[in-house]
Formats: sequence, C-alpha cells, structure tokens
Amino acid sequence: MTEQSPSARFRQIRTRPVVLEAKGLGKDFPRTDGGTAVALKGVDFTVHRREFITVIGPSGCGKSTLVRILAGLEQATTGEVLVDGQPVHGPGRDRGMVFQGYTLFPWLTVTQNVMFGLRMGGMGKDQAGREAMQWIEMVGLQKFAKAYPYQLSGGMKQRVAIVRALANNPRILLMDEPFGALDPQTRMQMQSYLLQIWRNVNVTIIFITHDLDEAVLLAGRIIVLGAADETHPGGHLTEIVEVPLSPQRDVSVIATPLFQQTRARLDALIHPAHLVPAGGDHLPMLKMTEAGDEV
Amino acid sequence: MARSPWLVVRRELNPWQRSMLIGMAFILPLAIWCAVSYVPWIWHPLVLVDQPGESDFLSTGMLIDRQSFLEENAKLAAAKQAIATGSPSNPIFLPAPHKVLIALYTSFKTPPLRRGEPWLHESLLHSIEVIAIGFSIAAVLGVPLGILCGSFRAVAHLFEPVIDFIRYMPAPAFGALMVAMLGIDDGPKIAIIVIATFFTTVLVVAKTARMVDMSLLEAAQTLGASNKRLLTRVIVPAILPDLYNDLRILLGSAWTALIVAELIGASSGISYFINQQGKYRNYDRVFAGIIIIGLIGLCTDQILAFIGRFLFPWRGTTNGRFATSIWTTATWPVRMTALPFTRRKSP
Repeated sequence: MTEQSPSARFRQIRTRPVVLEAKGLGKDFPRTDGGTAVALKGVDFTVHRREFITVIGPSGCGKSTLVRILAGLEQATTGEVLVDGQPVHGPGRDRGMVFQGYTLFPWLTVTQNVMFGLRMGGMGKDQAGREAMQWIEMVGLQKFAKAYPYQLSGGMKQRVAIVRALANNPRILLMDEPFGALDPQTRMQMQSYLLQIWRNVNVTIIFITHDLDEAVLLAGRIIVLGAADETHPGGHLTEIVEVPLSPQRDVSVIATPLFQQTRARLDALIHPAHLVPAGGDHLPMLKMTEAGDEV
Repeated sequence: MARSPWLVVRRELNPWQRSMLIGMAFILPLAIWCAVSYVPWIWHPLVLVDQPGESDFLSTGMLIDRQSFLEENAKLAAAKQAIATGSPSNPIFLPAPHKVLIALYTSFKTPPLRRGEPWLHESLLHSIEVIAIGFSIAAVLGVPLGILCGSFRAVAHLFEPVIDFIRYMPAPAFGALMVAMLGIDDGPKIAIIVIATFFTTVLVVAKTARMVDMSLLEAAQTLGASNKRLLTRVIVPAILPDLYNDLRILLGSAWTALIVAELIGASSGISYFINQQGKYRNYDRVFAGIIIIGLIGLCTDQILAFIGRFLFPWRGTTNGRFATSIWTTATWPVRMTALPFTRRKSP
C-alpha cells in the first residue's frame, strides 16, 4: 500500500460523513461573587467519521468543560453540539466516555461492568454476556472476567473502561485524560493499545490530554485550546493542527523528526513567546551550599 | 519479627498488638472494678458492722460511714464499754464483680415476685420484640426516603428541613401523646422507637446516598442509564455496604430509646426488670440487667459486622475489627496447620 501525502489524506478525510459538529460552543459558570466566569467561548469544529482528534491546551482552558458538553453532562451556555446532524440534549449511548478517574462500578465484576451499557440498552443477559466477553478478550483480560475492579491495576481498569464504553457501539468515544493517573510505562502501553483499538473498531475518538507527546502520538488532528488572555475572556479555540504522521503509526514514531517538528509547533502554540515570563525559567536562587560542594 | 511501635499516626498494628489492646479494653475496666471491690484500702468509704459491741446505735449488718463508726467506737472506748467491730465496705450501689456474676445467673433462675409478672428471659424477649418491630418500621420507611432525599434535590428540599426539626425533639417527649393515641401496651413503645430512629435514619441514609461518587453516576449516564436506572442500578448497589453499617449504628440508638420507651404506659421488658430490681435495692441485679443489654448490643453488632464481611466481596476490605480479631484468633490453629498445604488465592 502506498502512503498518501498528508494533505491528500486530510482532503479525503473531509469527504467522509460528519459525525460531530460543535457550533459556537460557550460555557459560563456563575461565580461566588455573583459574576460569571467564562470557561469556554466560541468553539467551532467538525469531526468526520473514524477520525482521532486530541484536544490539548494549558490548564484552565476549558478542555474538560468542552468534552463534558460534548458528552451532554454539561449544558452549553451558547451554541450547540450536533451528532449525525441531531442536536444533543443530555448524555446518551451514542457518545461513550472514559474518565480520568476509575469509574468502573466497584460492585460489578469486569464482565458485568462491560455488560452494563448493553443491559441499559435492553439487551438480554445471555447475549450481553457473550458480547462483553468478546470485548474483554479483545483487550486481553479474559483471565480477569470475574474479578472485581479493586483487584485490577490502573491500566487494566482503564482497558475495561474503554471496552465498557465501546461495547455500546457509540458513534463517538470521548476520553477525558484517561491515562493521566497511570505511570509512564503503563501509559505508553495504553497509548499503543488505544491506537490498535481505534484502527480495528468503527469508532471516532475525541481525546483530551495535557501531554504534548500523547496529543501528537495519537491524533490525526489536534484541537489546540487557549486559556483566557487579553483578547479572549475565556478558553477558546486557538488552532486545529493536522498531524502529518501516518495513521499506521506506533509508539516508536516519537523518535522521528516529523513528530518532533509537530510537537515543537504545538509547544509554540500552547506556550506563546509573549506568555513566557521575562528571565525564562530561572528562579532567583541564593547560594546556600558550602564552598567546594558543587554538584 | 521486628518490634512494631504502638503509637504511629494511622499505622496499622500487628495482629498480636490488636488482639492485646482489644482484650485490654475489657480487662482494664474489670480490673479497676475488682480492685475497688476487693482491695480493702482502695475506696471502701463505709463500714459493715460485724458485731455492735455495747453500742445501742449500731447493729449487726449495718452499713455506716467510716467517720461515724470511728466516732461511735471512740465514745464506747471512753465509756469503757465493748467496742464494735466491722469491715471496710463499699456502698450498696457498687456490688462486687462476683456478686454481679452470680446475679447474672440467678436473675434468670429467680421466679418473679408477684404472680403474672414475667421472668427475666420473658422480659428480654419482649424487649427484643419491641426493638425488632420498631426498628424494622423505621428502616422500611426511612431507608427508601433517605435514598430519595440523597438522590433528588426536590425530595430533599421537601423533607429534610422538617425532619431536621423533628429530629431535635427527644423521642420520649412524645410518650404521653403516644399513650393517648395507641393505648398503654406495646403500641406507644414501638412508636417511641420509630420516632427515635426514623428521622435519624432518613438523614444518615440521605448523607450516605450523597456520597456516591458523581463520576460513577456520570459514567452510567453516558452508558445510557435512565434516571430510574441510576437509582436502582447505581446508587442503591453503591451504598449497600455503607447502608448496612449505618443500620448497625442506628440499631444501637434504638436500644437507647428502648429504655425510656419501656417505662411508658404499662412498663415492660428489660428496663422494667432493672427498675424493679432498683426498687428492691438489688443493685447486683441492676448491674446484671445493664450488662445483659450491653452484651446483646455488642453481640448483635459484631455478628452483623461479621456477616457484612461476606455480603460485599467486591469491597476488598473488611469491617468489624472485633469480630475479625476473634475470628483470626479462633481459627489460628487451623490456619497454621493448613498453611503449608494451601496457597492463598490471589487474583
């Protein structure tokens, strides 16, 4: 198979059906002093079928608010979210979600957790059990099918959480910093698993992260959000970056120059020169060690 | 084994230390009681007169405070009369442990003084029956209402302020009213227990239901759970272990209410027994009655805690330290002999 050029690939992606559309999304929160705090303002973007989008931005830019609005867990103050052209009112089975914290139901076994969504959708116990088992096998956890969440490691819990969401056959999988609590080793493994899952399952993914490497490694496109500044009252969309890496990538792509270039560009977007404090990263340190005790 | 320190913030003690402390918790008060009762120079403010000598004021078996006894003897000695003899003694309201132990046995064996009065075991059964009925009513009504209050703001706003208000009224204050409404038999007693536990139940259960992790509810919503299903498939199973422990604690407060409740209308049950023995100045039996209540409470609580270990296998942690400790101690020989042959199951 010959590799398409990135621009040709993105042209082709734009011809695919639109799965999700965010139109002028904004969110205000009431402040305790009676005023309102703007969390997010005027966010527009379109997601096509089978895209992998990551959302990145500095803390306080409204990443989590955005994904919670997409999930229907928060109501947008302005604008609307369309899934397959239909406006979203509240959470639904068409948008699965994986949270940063471990949200497996502790009283259910791994299998019962994965069955949960299927049962909510009205599927019979036997069929739901069979389907759940297939998903569990897909992420290699068949030995733990009858285990309770407290018996699993963090990585295993998130694998179960991912297939629990996928078992519902959602149009979109929303992931809110799902690997944030994992150690770096497990995190890398999970990133690799997620890429494999995405390539083999008919699902569109929107993935929130604050980790630049993770954002570039996983995404086809990256939505860069900015925090409030002089020109913007709240979190806002800065740019949408197309990642010029092949979708058939794995974790080793991090070492390539193209990856590093994309990462550097992203870094410049998130930490613009005018926001870097004068004097750079230097602390006003006093010398407090004895002479001759240099490290 | 390395020596483990006793006092480190939040550090778990080793099993030996734990069993030892739990044992001491009971042995220490008992030891103090024994010391006060059996060591003549500790406390013993009174004198039990053995023979009155030539005193016309003292008599055999009389309890008199030491000062008066000494003064009387001094007077007798001055008049060259035979002095009285006596032994140090405690007031009648503090019987010695062995007397209470004997009373624990004889209370059950002694027939009631008047015909038609219940034996002690009958009184006890009656108390347990009143508690069981009252507490069941409070739980059956209070738990669902509590869960609804904890789950739906509307229900909370409608019920919680007034419940909070009523909760501050001491349940026995309703006694006269309940007798007027429900007669003098078990009706008002059960009602007092319901009043004493229902309102607290609602508030405690509501608090427990509010503790359910919001992200679990959100996860369930994104998986397609409706409002009703959130209640039945997430909140209820999530709170069951805490609910179980809440009810254990509330059962304790039901016993507190029982003691007053039983004196309302026609007195009955264990508190009637205690009161009656108090009137006859059988303080050893009064102690026996109080200890019986404590033992029943401790036993039911620990049995429930022990059952709780098996009800919620998904918790991974255990509660009921005392029962656990007894269990580990009791099964220690078995486990030690079985250890080489069994491997601990690990997930």
